[in-house]
Amino acid sequence: MVEAEARYRKKRLDRGIKVRADTIFAIASYKEILYLILPRALPVFGLLILPFVLTDYWGKVLVYACVYGLLALSWDFLASCGLFSLGQAFFLGIGAYIAGALSYYFHWSPAITMPIATLGGGVLCAALLSPVVRLRGVYFAMVTLMLPMLLMKMIETTGLLGGAQGLSALKPLPKGWIGGYIVVLVFMTCIFSFRRLINEDYGLVMKAIRDDDRAVMSAAINIYWRKIQALFLAGATGAFAGAFMTHHYQFVGMSTFALDYSILPVAAAALGGPGTFAGAALGSMILVPLSESLRALGGMRIAIYCGILIISVIALPEGIFHYLERKYHQFERLVRVG
Amino acid sequence: MGEEAILRAEGLNKYFGGVQAIADLSFSLRNGEFLGIIGPNGSGKTTLVNLITGFVKPSSGRVIYRGEEITRKRPYTIAGLGIVRTFQMVRLFYNLPAYKNLIIPLSSSRVKRLRGGAYGERDDVAVDLLDDMGFERDSFVPYKLAGSLPHGYLKRLDLARAMALRPEVLILDELFSGMAMSEVASTLPLIEKYHEEGLTIIMIEHRLKELFRVVDRVLVLNYGQKIAEGSPQEVMNTEAVKKAYLGIEVDV
Repeated sequence: MVEAEARYRKKRLDRGIKVRADTIFAIASYKEILYLILPRALPVFGLLILPFVLTDYWGKVLVYACVYGLLALSWDFLASCGLFSLGQAFFLGIGAYIAGALSYYFHWSPAITMPIATLGGGVLCAALLSPVVRLRGVYFAMVTLMLPMLLMKMIETTGLLGGAQGLSALKPLPKGWIGGYIVVLVFMTCIFSFRRLINEDYGLVMKAIRDDDRAVMSAAINIYWRKIQALFLAGATGAFAGAFMTHHYQFVGMSTFALDYSILPVAAAALGGPGTFAGAALGSMILVPLSESLRALGGMRIAIYCGILIISVIALPEGIFHYLERKYHQFERLVRVG
Repeated sequence: MGEEAILRAEGLNKYFGGVQAIADLSFSLRNGEFLGIIGPNGSGKTTLVNLITGFVKPSSGRVIYRGEEITRKRPYTIAGLGIVRTFQMVRLFYNLPAYKNLIIPLSSSRVKRLRGGAYGERDDVAVDLLDDMGFERDSFVPYKLAGSLPHGYLKRLDLARAMALRPEVLILDELFSGMAMSEVASTLPLIEKYHEEGLTIIMIEHRLKELFRVVDRVLVLNYGQKIAEGSPQEVMNTEAVKKAYLGIEVDV
């Protein structure tokens, strides 16, 4: 072995498909086409097939993972323009309660309440958070952390919208796999459209606001309006997840404002690798099933779960997806020396 | 003067805590004029730029642009009206290719309004702009990461970022600081060209020789106060300027 190490060294190359501009690809063979398409197509096929092959229980876990995934995507999108939120539960809860109230008081079907909750939730989140878009970093995070608690206590004390009991016996989603399929499809649409958006000029300006907002202001761009737009998109994504959950469980209660919904998406994005959306999605696809499979361990579950999270953040601070992406574009081989 | 002032400051004051950075400063700028602002370090030059461009709000006083008060407006609104600045310490996005830095001003509503919809791709406009500014397209300089470019290029990139907005008043905050003589020599004609094309320019500079060659009028600041104003020759013959700027003691 020592001899081999002496005469060979590892050579690492970056695959060079990209040509100068980001948007132009020079594709020479079916291999290169597969090289580009497979990493995108395989997860899509996987997610489309999973609802059919999974057992009833794991099918529910998949739906849950998609809901958390949507929240993680929404968090990642806000973070891309420098708004670090600790209140994804706020988005989720607003969407859940809009859909729940429309279904409970007006008996509207999910086909109507879910689009209304998505758009209305986005508008409401953007409007309620617009006074604080001037805050940055930890101050914005603190406000968003408080908001779900504020709404939860308001519902509890006033007894509005079902109070502590919540609203139950709501209209169900279509039976069978269709219900679960909706969230899977929206989840995938969000990944790809967010990834596209962030690579366009629009996303470039968003990331520039995160890096240096004064430079962007001096370029005559209303950064607060851009941040409100980001809040709308992120809010709508979270609100859809909430509206879906409401009809999925045919129930909406104060638990939609729980801290879990705020913290787990951040953990998922941190584990998967923030800033790529695919990382946030991957993170939630790992964390949610992991937390379910540890359920048998009882009280030890949370401790093990936290341990895994800490180890992964220390060992792979860039996130799993960044690591995989980098390795995918590199190939290593041994080269003879001398 | 005949022509109406495009930009006017009236009785500007700015206190940072107990320190008075700008003291009762008034000046006006004609359309198409080239004004130089000089003064020793800490005399309030950059604060004045921040006051005009809205990055800092004055303690009192007014800034009037084309007859409209812009004192309390936000920086992006003022930039959108056409008062565009460069930064003394360049503020660029180093992890982006040079030309991508121009996408940010090019996606502003001001540029959309001025250029209209069918003006081609932003990327092409950005590369054209940089090519004019000496970023040789043929050697792919505009496509290099901003972080990999030498300092002189970064200063010019910041200038290009400002010019992408099609400014009506351009404020250059020590553009030449840290530039090599050859870089200054190649950038100065560009600025003269913009001025000849009718652009109103305010230039803050420590390199007096270059500044005096191009400006119509000079304003001298010391401790936030205007101590002299006039043509370069007039100003440099003023006793107060000699004392403040050149360190010559004058008996009182």
